[in-house]
Amino acid sequence: MATRSPSKDIPLTIAGQEFSSRLIIGTGKYKDYAQNALAAEASGCEIVTVAIRRVNITDKDKPLLVDHVDPKTYTYLPNTAGCFTAEDAIRTLRLAREAGGWNLVKLEVLSDKKTLYPDMEETLRAAKLLIADGFEVMVYCSDDPVYARKLEDAGCCAIMPLGSLIGSGLGIQNPINIRLIVEQSSVPVIVDAGVGTASDAAMAMELGCDGVLMNTAIAEAKDPIIMASAMKHAVIAGREAYLAGRMAKKRYADPSSPLAGLL
Amino acid sequence: MNITLNGENRTVSAALYISGLLAELELEPRKIAVEHNLEIVPKSAYGTTAIKENDQIEIVQFVGGG
Repeated sequence: MATRSPSKDIPLTIAGQEFSSRLIIGTGKYKDYAQNALAAEASGCEIVTVAIRRVNITDKDKPLLVDHVDPKTYTYLPNTAGCFTAEDAIRTLRLAREAGGWNLVKLEVLSDKKTLYPDMEETLRAAKLLIADGFEVMVYCSDDPVYARKLEDAGCCAIMPLGSLIGSGLGIQNPINIRLIVEQSSVPVIVDAGVGTASDAAMAMELGCDGVLMNTAIAEAKDPIIMASAMKHAVIAGREAYLAGRMAKKRYADPSSPLAGLL
Repeated sequence: MNITLNGENRTVSAALYISGLLAELELEPRKIAVEHNLEIVPKSAYGTTAIKENDQIEIVQFVGGG
């Protein structure tokens, strides 16, 4: 008998807030906000990442994200996408806090436009400044366990290492490092970036991650809504496989049918 | 008077507060955040923060992003 049914799984707790879904999705790159809303619903997510940008003064009829993806239904997680210095990131998140009225944010400080690889020195500096300013910081980072530990020690409420480059869909390129980060961390570890398809999300969860964050894998699928549903199932499947504990790997065959009583 | 609004020059009414500017632009204060000369203006101060000639104003909102 199973001792722990899937419904008994503990919630994902980030900075004291509990979530039953372990999938976080982005709200960029969709055909329109209506499709985005349908994908969010199909994914079962409770947190969506959002960006902060200048209001379009000249075209006020442009659709608004808040009118489609309701901030009362979903926890908005403001990001600092496009920020290349700690100062830019902090300025953006202070505006986000004023616009939304909440402290939970996703920090990313990028190094260059070609790779969007996180600049870890700037990221750590920004994290410390934001935490001192009262923010709860979920942090996008490289899969370097040393920096992951420094970010946790600085007080980040979730460590979010990349699986591979943002928007690349290359999956988890260094599962060994992701596992090292999972083992050493006492705050949630959420793979952020690189997921391309459902098996990548399942792999992240099988490694023991507490959640997965993705955008492009859903938004650029030929059918984003079906892919959103696939990701929901993949995250649940990977999580259950992790909780169940996988069988040992063997080098040779081990028959599943009994040898006794063979004709 | 002339101000810089979201990086562009703009002529607005003289003797304007942030609240007046938002009304002129038909923007709902609930959905945005405002920066005045690099300082964030709390929503509670929109009615008391006066805009002067050549001030820099940024008005931002949440948009889709990853």
